[in-house]
Amino acid sequence: MPDNLASQKKSSVVKDETIIKIENLTKRFGKVAAVDDINLEIKRGEFFALLGPSGCGKTTLLRMIAGFEVPTEGKIFLDGVDVSNIPPNKRPVNTVFQSYAVFPHLSVFDNVAYGLQFDNISKSEQRDRVMAALEDVKLEHLAERKPDQMSGGQRQRVALARALVKRPKVLLLDEPLSALDAKLREAMRFELTELQDRVGVTFIMVTHDQDEALAMACRCAVMDRGRLMQLATPSTLYEFPANKFVADFIGSVNMFEGKLILDEPDKAIVEVEELGGKVFFDHGVLGAEGGQIFVGIRPEKIELIKRTKDMKKPQMEDSPEDCNVFAGVIDNISYLGSESIYEITLDNGRRMQVSRPNLSRWDQEDFTFNDEVWLGFHGDSPVLLQN
Amino acid sequence: MQNWFENKRFFWATMLAPTVWFLAFFVAPMALVWAYSFGENAGPVNIAITGTFGNYAKAFRPEIIQVLSDSVVLAFIATLICLVLAFPVAIAMTFADDKTKSWLLLLIMLPFWTNLLIRTYALIAMMRTEGFINFSFAFFHNIAVSLGFNLGDYVPMELLYNKSAIVIGLVYVHLPFMVLPLYAALDKLDRSLIEASLDLGAGHMTTMWKIVVPLALPGIAAGLVITFIPAMGAYLTPDLLGGPNDLMIATLIERQFKRANDWPFGSALSFILMYVTLIFFALRTFFEARGGKVSAH
Repeated sequence: MPDNLASQKKSSVVKDETIIKIENLTKRFGKVAAVDDINLEIKRGEFFALLGPSGCGKTTLLRMIAGFEVPTEGKIFLDGVDVSNIPPNKRPVNTVFQSYAVFPHLSVFDNVAYGLQFDNISKSEQRDRVMAALEDVKLEHLAERKPDQMSGGQRQRVALARALVKRPKVLLLDEPLSALDAKLREAMRFELTELQDRVGVTFIMVTHDQDEALAMACRCAVMDRGRLMQLATPSTLYEFPANKFVADFIGSVNMFEGKLILDEPDKAIVEVEELGGKVFFDHGVLGAEGGQIFVGIRPEKIELIKRTKDMKKPQMEDSPEDCNVFAGVIDNISYLGSESIYEITLDNGRRMQVSRPNLSRWDQEDFTFNDEVWLGFHGDSPVLLQN
Repeated sequence: MQNWFENKRFFWATMLAPTVWFLAFFVAPMALVWAYSFGENAGPVNIAITGTFGNYAKAFRPEIIQVLSDSVVLAFIATLICLVLAFPVAIAMTFADDKTKSWLLLLIMLPFWTNLLIRTYALIAMMRTEGFINFSFAFFHNIAVSLGFNLGDYVPMELLYNKSAIVIGLVYVHLPFMVLPLYAALDKLDRSLIEASLDLGAGHMTTMWKIVVPLALPGIAAGLVITFIPAMGAYLTPDLLGGPNDLMIATLIERQFKRANDWPFGSALSFILMYVTLIFFALRTFFEARGGKVSAH
């Protein structure tokens, strides 16, 4: 599996050393396990994302790393030191809070300087470091401002500078972009990755927004109901999801229950009743025998072919006859500019989603409502998933 | 929705009764008392309003000034003690879980629902020479004596009928007035500010002094004023707990209206008390406006 795709990725500062190691970490609130037996390692210099729907335990995990929650079981190692029971003010870890938590009664400068007064450094060095941190986030001209005279984006920069000025081993970001408007959010994505690259600090970000995680992180841990569902690079999560939850949570997917009828080292066939046909894989799916299995196909990996009355069912060139091609009718179209999303009803009533990039300015005119079409996909497109 | 202030008929239909009430039972009597304060006694029940400032001049006699300044000082000390006691309570309420919070709130409010006279007599029962406090001290004193300490006989402490008794009583009665505004201010405080302070390396005490207290200042100011004003005008507490010479302004006013039968002077004193109160209110409004200006930009 292509986990070495990590090397393709954004951050040039990742080192092959572990900075955070989480061992059998569990946090229970009453009887509910918010975080349930998590094991993971985060590398020095990495931009790491904890991704999952609300209530999946990602924030609790982050708060345990920060020191605001004490683990019920398990350990957290920071740079080899067990910090599980060290209070937050003694951990070389700093946090950018979701609400930013900029102190409203202090100026920008005093906000950033706040944490340095506990660090035993001279006043003049404090000053230099505060100004350098403000420069890092491009706020040096607003040092004397009060937070309530600033926009949300500027306050977030104050929070960033205030955390980074402490030179933490790890910077924690709790939903850093959720309070910004759409345009600013996009810009901030690039700025945050760029900043991370520049300062070389390990960033751990919590987010429920998959786009955000995919766009920014070197690796993501996808969580659901307190458990780690998959830890991988963004492209691995998307193209090789480990289970149904990840496939469904990251991007959109057409998912069908099926029955494995052939599994050889170089090919596999799954009978899918919902599709009224067979799905061919151009690779073996070893280990998937028995139990419930599901086939997932991403909308953009399906081709649309016009279907006329007496037309013979076409065949995908890399797949056996009668596999990976299904008949349907276009039911609904969402035109999104760069692409169009087609809702297609198959002959047996099952609906599928197909997306198609509008590469030429006329592409969206190829298909319209009620067009009869063939849906086809290649043998390397479907993924086999288990619960 | 239509603005109810603009619908004249609706406005007057609802406002007529309260307006009449307000005029008849607040404005008119106050005006009467205000007029009396410029009058002179003309016979045992008649007051002639002569426009004299003599009543106000009388208030500047040293013994009256003494009572006024005693009132301010005692109320002020009681208010400060309230602040010191109430702050931890308000903090505890803020950070308690919901269930504990409502119990604490109930405990704070409970004395409010009990008659002031009963509460004050309860306090007297605690503090008199044969009261529970002296009884407890005597108990431990006697144990110490029986253990061989040569302490002599227990001499009960004189806890009542002095200025400290008044202060204790004022604190006891007015503590809720301080707790509630403090709690309101602290409860509004964004918890992540406290976490941020800890996260940046501050200890709990530093966080308290550098983050929580500054941000609770409006609540502290409100608590000081709301506690100070009724404490200064307190009547029952100093009257029952104070000694014969420990007068506060309300008792003095009462004596003018009753024993001394000098309504004009009592009226003048009432209005002096009100002016002092208004000055403190104005100060509060001034500081609030200033605080508001800082956070509005």
